Amino acid sequence: MFTTNPFSILAETVPPIALQSFVIVMVALVIIGTLVDIIHKKNVKYFFENAKKAKLSAIKTLSTGEKISVISKTIVSDIATTSELGAGKRRMAHLLGMYGTILFWIGSVIMIFCYSTPSSDTPNVWPIIWHVGAIMTVLGGSWFWFFLRVDVYSEAQPWYRIIKADLFVLALLASALFGLIWSFLQSLNLNNRWDDKLFLILFIISNIVLFGGVYWSKFAHMLYKPGAAIQKNLAEADGSRDNLPPPADAPKQYGLGIDREKAKHY
Amino acid sequence: MSTFVYMTRCDGCGHCVDICPSDIMHIDETIRRAKNIEPNFCWECYSCVKACPNHAIDVRGYADFAPMGHSVRVRREEEKGTISWKIKFRNGTVKDFVSPITTKPWGKYIPKLAEKEKPSKEALDSQLLYSEPKGLNIDTGLPEMKKEKFKQGVYY
Repeated sequence: MFTTNPFSILAETVPPIALQSFVIVMVALVIIGTLVDIIHKKNVKYFFENAKKAKLSAIKTLSTGEKISVISKTIVSDIATTSELGAGKRRMAHLLGMYGTILFWIGSVIMIFCYSTPSSDTPNVWPIIWHVGAIMTVLGGSWFWFFLRVDVYSEAQPWYRIIKADLFVLALLASALFGLIWSFLQSLNLNNRWDDKLFLILFIISNIVLFGGVYWSKFAHMLYKPGAAIQKNLAEADGSRDNLPPPADAPKQYGLGIDREKAKHY
Repeated sequence: MSTFVYMTRCDGCGHCVDICPSDIMHIDETIRRAKNIEPNFCWECYSCVKACPNHAIDVRGYADFAPMGHSVRVRREEEKGTISWKIKFRNGTVKDFVSPITTKPWGKYIPKLAEKEKPSKEALDSQLLYSEPKGLNIDTGLPEMKKEKFKQGVYY
């Protein structure tokens, strides 16, 4: 199963152009959903207006080199390793889900666009990347869904309470899980039995919900969060700091510092 | 005045939900970020502002004076044991303050006074409080402002 390209088996019954068109439609849905979201919420407009306002209280003009250095540090620390989540379970779950999703999507695009004919010989690495990515997504997503959702913990809600904010994580989880089950059933050579077709349909539906629901879901946070992290770190570097005080130069008599008490959710 | 949340900064960790004494910081059902559900019940205790690890919470003034550009923001650095404030006044004056964090974990550092020596009359009459100046980690005595440093009138 792990070394089999599930899309090349599917290509025996569905023309590769249909698979490729599906991917293109999904990308288009993400772009349209994000643009409508931006227009409706005016969040990007607010973001740039706020950044312009913050610039007025800057005490230092950053050179291009300094800006590049801040942006590179942000990419390594805030974006690639999600440092804003601190050290702990939330960050681990997020990293698992994030890198799992990236691997899963890259694997899907490469296999669909390069190796989706029944005769194509897919290098083993791509199906492995696809399956490992899907497993990481399922692990990270389930960890978040069952144990880390803060409204469940902080506000004593039951784990099965579904709200609009769950649309993204549940659709992502469903797409990775149904994809894995579909691939597993295909590998059993069930000779056109109903079950692998059922999970293929569920896989398609979950993808449509995931990519088509961008306007209603938290999908676009993947695009906004890096921008916000860059703005935050540039504001720290130019001294405007969003009106925050500078980091303290602690006198000795202030002691050795304290440990942040862990949030004691219900 | 009441708290509000910068959505780009909040990551929905729930520290503010935990700490709010009025139970008005909640998690939004659509975007899973914190929000103040009842701004007029906020008594500006600043607990959530200080607890937020991402500095995502700010306090909004009332409409009659908020547009005039004041700001009160705080940075709590546990590893240094400091809490810093930046106060921007409406006339443009900016003041920075740094203080030690004096919060102690629950049930710890309770002085066992019964086991200590009885204070002398001299100690009782002194202006120093219990454990001062040793408890403040200051070798040179309490800091004091000399009278000649004061200027006459109102000044900033």
